[in-house]
Amino acid sequence: MSALQKVMGWVDDRFPLTATYKAHLSEYYAPKNFNFWYFFGSLALLLLVLQIVTGIFLTMNYKPDAELAFASVEYIMRDVEWGWLIRYMHSTGASLFFVVVYLHMFRGLMYGSYRKPRELIWIFGVLIYLALMAEAFLGYLLPWGQMSFWGAQVIVNLFAAVPFIGEDLSIWIRGDFVISDATLNRFFAFHVIALPLVLLGLVVVHLVALHEVGSNNPDGIEIKKHKDPVTHIPLDGIPFHPYYTVKDIVGVIVFLMVFSAIMFFGPEMGGYFLEAANFIPADPLKTPEHIAPLWYFTPFYAILRAVPPMFGSQFPGVVAMGLSIVFLFFLPWLDRSKVKSIRYRGPIYKTMLALFIVSFIGLGYLGLLPSTPVATIFAQVFSVIYFLFFLLMPWYTSIEKTKPEPERVTG
Amino acid sequence: MSQEADGQKVDTRKRKFLIAATSAVGGVAAAGVAIPLVMSMMPSARARAAGAPVEVDISKIESGAILTVEWQGKPVWIVNRSPEMLELLGKHDDKLGDPQSEQPQQPAYCKNPTRSIKKEYLVAVGICTHLGCSPTFRKDIGAADLGGADWPGGFFCPCHGSKFDLAARVYKNVPAPINLKIPPHQYLSDAKLLIGVDAKGA
Ligand code: HEM
Ligand code: FES
Repeated sequence: MSALQKVMGWVDDRFPLTATYKAHLSEYYAPKNFNFWYFFGSLALLLLVLQIVTGIFLTMNYKPDAELAFASVEYIMRDVEWGWLIRYMHSTGASLFFVVVYLHMFRGLMYGSYRKPRELIWIFGVLIYLALMAEAFLGYLLPWGQMSFWGAQVIVNLFAAVPFIGEDLSIWIRGDFVISDATLNRFFAFHVIALPLVLLGLVVVHLVALHEVGSNNPDGIEIKKHKDPVTHIPLDGIPFHPYYTVKDIVGVIVFLMVFSAIMFFGPEMGGYFLEAANFIPADPLKTPEHIAPLWYFTPFYAILRAVPPMFGSQFPGVVAMGLSIVFLFFLPWLDRSKVKSIRYRGPIYKTMLALFIVSFIGLGYLGLLPSTPVATIFAQVFSVIYFLFFLLMPWYTSIEKTKPEPERVTG
Repeated sequence: MSQEADGQKVDTRKRKFLIAATSAVGGVAAAGVAIPLVMSMMPSARARAAGAPVEVDISKIESGAILTVEWQGKPVWIVNRSPEMLELLGKHDDKLGDPQSEQPQQPAYCKNPTRSIKKEYLVAVGICTHLGCSPTFRKDIGAADLGGADWPGGFFCPCHGSKFDLAARVYKNVPAPINLKIPPHQYLSDAKLLIGVDAKGA
């Protein structure tokens, strides 16, 4: 026995190191037909690590104090060695995190990855998405620029629209009667510790659930149906390591090239990743000419604005915005189709999914613009389509004729 | 009730009672910890005490101009309305959401057509009643982007397009549901305005 084997043996008697390595990497069998869309889970993991690491280093120089915050960010950008790079990694990482997560979710929609037996993977995923939005919103207040301040003002006031308890709820969130130092300080606490812990926990259960049932694949069929009679290994499965670890590294390299290009040549991305008004310190007395949330929130913002106030209250819009996410949770039970993957579905589902994506992107675009009567009508049409995708799903997925699924995965 | 386990009698009633009792005590302890944590997020004593009244010298505000001051962390506008502005104020009641100021958005002494103590001076909290942005002062009568010839001057909220007139009254069919707030205030002299407290006896 070599020295290494001895050490491993000693550890394995006390901690399931080899067993864990086998269960999740070298003897975890993933379908052999993964395509491009399967890069985004591992890329999301990479981004999570990147955000946490860059975040720790930003925290070393950032000051969560209304008097000092804005200047401390400028200090990081100008005086801290490599500070600008760390900040741009964090801000570019935040936007790309949403790009990656949106593509990851779209993959789930295409291949029916939310369907039985992966309902919990999907639900944990939606919870991750919610936590991620909260994390991004909280972080955006920290630079204490004009957009930080007024963005937080508008979003916290959404809570004030809740009937009866709204006013107290918004005061409780702010810790003050207006967005102030107290708000900044608590948002900092949530952003740097509370939500990252929640996110990490959710990602762990997301992956535990995934490894319990195994990955879906572009054909939407279960590879566990056909196992080798002797070894019980799925015939269409290959060990995650080395096959997919190496494949994922290719994805990582391409992704990092895109990431670097943005970070070095256009970290503000024309105002979409870092908004111009945020280079002016927060002024509680003056709202910027045009305020818009960051791009990844705009679809929901557009839904909010599309709903007119009713009975002198903004609450219906807030409810619509909330429902637009709540529906995601029910997707596994709304879809009644006999097949999972878009490859074997008929034209109705394909059309509905296309309309849904067009509406989502359309809403995202409208959410960036000032509201005009024409824009509002478009936003209302898109919002209706967005909701019909879910509400009509039990009907159009059950009447639709589907193509037969193959027994074994195709290329 | 009882059952056998490893040859020993297990008293399940006693077991259930103990589980219930320990869970209840644990629950009380958890709530006991949660309450202080949740309450610590309410405004602190210092935040509650802030917001002392603000004294403003209004003698320098030219006719038709605005001065913005900070009170309780919020913008408060003081507009010295010109005779022309005052003249136009009564002519668009049909376009307003609450022309008579029925909603309690002002102290009783400002529930009048100009929503003010002195006719010329509008004193209002510059926070949109929709989602809290601060509207922009748009005194340009007839502004093309605000309804053209019909625009009598007022405030426009850049966030979602709410409109208010020069008495801080909300227009119909905009996101903001009610008029802007008139803070408690009083005149200490012709030039001195005190924002934050009502006059004695008012
Ligand atoms: C921090 C964010 C996230 C991380 C780190 C993450 C990580 C992963 C990883 C590593 C995989 C396996 C590789 C892959 O299938 O691409 C996966 C699968 C999956 N994820 Fe996520 N995920 C995140 C967010 C989400 C969200 C927001 C959703 C949906 C709302 C979601 C839904 C799914 C589903 C349904 C699968 C199974 C896919 C299949 O087997 O076809 N995930 N996730
Ligand atoms: S905050 Fe003024 S219109 Fe929405």
